[in-house]
Order: sequence, then structure tokens, then C-alpha cells
Amino acid sequence: MTASAPTPPPALPERSPLPAVTKDGLLHLYREMVLIRRVEELAAKAYTQRKIFGFCHLYIGLESVAVGAAAACQPQDHWVTAYREHGQAMAKGVTARAVMAELYGKATGCTQGLGGSMHLFDSKVNFMGGYGIVGAHVPLAAGVAWGLKQRKTNGVAVCFFGDGAAHQGAFFEALCLAQLYKLPVVFLCENNYYAMGTAIDRQSALIDMSLRGLGVGMVREQFDGFDVEHVRDRVAAAVEFARSGQGPVILEAITYRYRGHSMSDPAKYRPSGELEEKKKSDPLAITERRLLTDFGCTAEELEALRASVDAEADDAVQFAEDSPWPDPTHLYDYTYAPEPAAAGSEEKR
Amino acid sequence: MPVLQMREALRRAMSEEMRRDPNIFLMGEEVAYYDGAYKVSQGMLEEFGPERVVDTPISENGFAGLGVGAAMVGMRPIIEFMTFNFSLVAYDQVINSAARIYQMSAGQYKCPIVFRGANGAAENLASQHSTSVESIYAHFPGVKVVSVATPYDACGLLKSAIRDDNPVIFLESEMLYGLKGEVPAEEYTIPLGKADLKRDGTDLTIITWGKQVHTCLTAAATLEKAGVSAQVLDLRSIRPLDHEAVFAAVAKTHRVVIVQEGFAFAGMAAELAARIQETCFDLLDAPVRRVTNRDVPMPYSPPLEKQVIITPERIVEAALLTLGRSTTNEGAR
Repeated sequence: MTASAPTPPPALPERSPLPAVTKDGLLHLYREMVLIRRVEELAAKAYTQRKIFGFCHLYIGLESVAVGAAAACQPQDHWVTAYREHGQAMAKGVTARAVMAELYGKATGCTQGLGGSMHLFDSKVNFMGGYGIVGAHVPLAAGVAWGLKQRKTNGVAVCFFGDGAAHQGAFFEALCLAQLYKLPVVFLCENNYYAMGTAIDRQSALIDMSLRGLGVGMVREQFDGFDVEHVRDRVAAAVEFARSGQGPVILEAITYRYRGHSMSDPAKYRPSGELEEKKKSDPLAITERRLLTDFGCTAEELEALRASVDAEADDAVQFAEDSPWPDPTHLYDYTYAPEPAAAGSEEKR
Repeated sequence: MPVLQMREALRRAMSEEMRRDPNIFLMGEEVAYYDGAYKVSQGMLEEFGPERVVDTPISENGFAGLGVGAAMVGMRPIIEFMTFNFSLVAYDQVINSAARIYQMSAGQYKCPIVFRGANGAAENLASQHSTSVESIYAHFPGVKVVSVATPYDACGLLKSAIRDDNPVIFLESEMLYGLKGEVPAEEYTIPLGKADLKRDGTDLTIITWGKQVHTCLTAAATLEKAGVSAQVLDLRSIRPLDHEAVFAAVAKTHRVVIVQEGFAFAGMAAELAARIQETCFDLLDAPVRRVTNRDVPMPYSPPLEKQVIITPERIVEAALLTLGRSTTNEGAR
């Protein structure tokens, strides 16, 4: 056996193959981000009213990452993510109604009340969950990529995870396998600086989780995740690299969550002033300024857009309120998939 | 009828299914170039190529999870654990992922995957390589658990497991890979969830599965010499459980011994005993007895290991106690 030369992996192209965002395109991304934030705010309210139960992890502050990533993907690309996924689900195309109804535990939710906040799925838009064991979904994404490749779908798997998950063995094993088999998967770390209540420098000797990829020879990049246009470009560069058959990519988007880890966390571990400082790079504010300054949008135009978002979010809540509870007679319907159609011969002896 | 070794019967099942369905692939440690740690997959790399017979790094948690993800998008993975001892590293993927995806996605994503490999003690493999896992997998709704004793059952059941749209834990044994048995030349399948009476009898029923079927058959032969007619019911499928066959056996013999490799505490034998007394208490003429491993991690030294594992003698003792016959030895527990 000869040791292979330690060639460092190449860098991603400086610009993705995507054309620059148009005014209408950016307005659409802005609307998506505002909708996610509004839905999350209403979810927080409903949670305090005890209409949403269990754990509830909000995506407020991270909207640009999911929305930018969605703009970088194609419909045949499949997303696998963790439990802070309401925003990702909506960005991938799950309706606000289906998300909110699921949080309410109603029959009309995207998993009929079986999954709840942490397990949102919608196969129509290739949104594959929604997992609650930190880091355990990362190997699943490698497997999704395996299947997409073997079945020649031209699809890419995109796996969201947090800085906390980058310490799990499952995460590292998935990187090893994905690189070994050159799988079309993009591992996208949302580094929001906290794993539950543990700040990044208290949980890791390494702040940039994309550097973990170097240990397996994977193409990596860290980027600022607050500007949706920039996220779109960097994720598109990675997704198209993976789609072209060159192998996986690990990205880290620097981001920040405004709320606690979950609804039960008041986030008292944050140094005073940190949240206010971070809010200066608020994803919505950045894109709003860009629309006003560079695309000639008017304040009235954006106000009207926000009003339409409020109406859509309110409608989602009303839909959830009005929806029926799941029917307990269907409790066992999905424990096992039904027997396949009789194949092959019967037992003989 | 052709005679095959267990490993050949398993290989035949996988190969027949892989010829039929291009979405099936075999993945695990040493399955390809090494021909399988126990030579189950010998020659399969040559026939199916490296895209479908896939060597992995030593990374059970990783490749079990990879299999689950692939299953969700239409593949039908067969994941080989070199032995099920190592599956504990991947327990999270089998239970938290594979067993739950169909339900928590409300049926939007199926997980048709087989996890297969050797289960239970072999010989003098000591503490960490002698684990029996059926009880800790069968505990969970969402998985099916199969344990095979003969080449015939292995081939027919593995084919059904591969065709099943759910995760199936398929338990084999190092001690049985060389076991020979008749396997029909023509293609056949055996449905999951059907027990098989491996020996008929009238005085008591010994319920078991997997490798212990053979220990029980030996015990039943000894009992016959003592004038006891014992039948041996091989569950074959632990989940789903063939309740009908179990209760019919109780109704017929009224006395039951359950032989389960692994520990008694919170084990599958306890589950069976509970179900029997809940459902057919009035049919029982004696308490249900269990024969299991002794409640201690497996020691290495041969005379010590022999104390821990199940022997025909311990089964005979338990049977005689169940029949109210005196035994010269200590109690069977």
C-alpha cells in the first residue's frame, strides 16, 4: 500500500452558475423570509396559549439560510434536516397551513399530527424530515444521495444540521462515507453559535465546522449566512458541484438564532448585548435595504407585501384552529407499511 | 432436493432477489472483496459488481443510516452486520430512524431495509461478541424480527424479508453457517409471521427460535427416551408473532417451556409467557418455564461459558419439572 499524496480538496467556484437575482426574484425571497418569521412568531404565541405542545424550536433569525438554499436547489433535490425545521419546510415548499396544522397536532398537518414540530415531512416537495436525535439524520442524507445517484435522478441531497450536531459520531461517519462513495450531497451546517445553551467556544476547539470536512478530503467553505443572495450563490455553487458528480461538499453558514433553543429556554446564557449586536445583521433587514436601495422598491410596496404575509400567516393559524383532531381509529395505520402484493410462490416443502 | 449450507441458502436468497430487482444492494464490512466475513456473500461481487455489493469502512452507525436514507428514496438495502454485537453501535439508526420513519412521516416514506448478520454466542468469543439481540429489537413496533434455524427457512424467509416494505432484523448464527439442509431447486418464499413445528409431540411444547431450535431438538430426543413426547415450535418470526400457533400449541400440550438465548430479565421469553397466561391461563397445567442464559456477561473460559449457555440438559430438566417429574439435578433456572 502506498500512501496517497495529501492533495487538499479544491475550492468551490467563486460564483455559482446561477444568474444574479432579479427584483422579482429577490422580492419572492424576501416574502418567503418574512412569512417564515411571521409564522414562527405566531407559533410562539400559540405555544404560550398551550395550543402547540411538546418541544418547539423556532427558526427566527436563520431565515436567510433556508430561503437562500431553496433558491439554489431544484425540485428533484431532497432535503433532510433536524428539529429546528419549520422554516426549512416552508422554504422547500410545505405550506404554512400544513406546518401550522402539524404544530397544532391536527389531522390536516403535513404528517397528520403524527410527527409534530420535530418531524415535518412532505414527500410532494421532497422534504424528508424532521429528526430529533442530534446528528443522526446526517447518515440518512448520505443514503438519500446514494439512492438519488443509483436511480439516476440528477438530484442532490441537502442536509441541514447545527454546530452541535457536528460533534456526533454519526455526523463524522456520514462525511467519511459520502466522500468515499463520492455521493451527491451537500452538508450545510447552520452555525448559530449555540448548541442548546452551550456557546460555540465552550463546545468546540474549532469554530468553523466546515473544517471537519478537510479530515476526509471534502470540499468545504464557510460563508456569511445573513444575506439571502449570498446564501443562494454559495449553496448553488455547492449543489451544482455535487450534481456534477464530483462528490459531496460541506458548507457552514454563519447565522444566529434570536430565541432560545426551544420555547422553554429563556436563553439567559447569552452575554448581554450579544443579541442586539447580532440583530444588526438581521436577514430581513439586509434584504429590505437591498430592495429599497438597489432595486427601487418603495416602502409602500414592502408594506403591502408584509400585509399579505400577515394575512397568509393568520390564515394558517385559523386553518390549524379549525382543523379536526386526528381520528384515533387510524392510530395504527402507519406502524407498518402494508404487505406487498403477493410476489413469488407460496411456501412449499 | 439439493442440499445447501446455510450460508449458500442465504446467498441464494439475496442473489435471486438482486437479479429480480435492481434497487436491491448489499452493503457491509467485508461483504465484497473479502467475500463476506463468514463467506455468505461469496462470489456476489463478481456477479453484481461494486455498486451493488459494497464494502464499507468500519462504521456501523454510518452505513446503517446510509441504508435507511437510501431505502427512503426507493432502494432496497440489505445491510450486513458482521455480527449483531456491532449493531448496537447502529441501534439508534435501526430504532430511532428505520423503525419510525413510516409512522412519523404518516406513510409518506417507507423504509424497506434488511439488517442481517450473526446473532448470539458462538464459542468462547467472550463478553462483547456473544450478545443475543432479539429481545432488544423485538421490543419496538415498526420493525420485524426474524431468526432462522435451517437453510430452507433461511432462503425462504430472507426472500420475504427483502420484499417486505418494512425494516426487518434478520438473525443468523455463526454456528449455523455451515449447517446443511435440503432446499428446493425451484424458487419459493416463506411468509414472515408463521411459526413452524419442527417436531411434533403431545406432552409439552418447547417454544424457541434460531440456533436454539437444534438444542431443543436434541433435548426432545433425550426426553423421548425418558418417555416424554415433546414438540418443538420454531417461531421463525419473533415480530410479528404467530399467536395462533403459540396458543394452539398450549391448547394441545398444556405445558410449555420457552427456550431463549440471551438473558431472562425483560426478555422475549417473558413476553411469550405473559401472552400465554393472559390469553390461555385456563389451558395451562403448569407454570410456563424459561430456559435462558445465566444472568451474567459471557465469560471467556470454556468451562465457565458452558455454565452460562443453554444446554440440552438444562432444557430436559426444565421439561421434567414442568411435567412434575422429579429431577436429580438442581432447578432449571
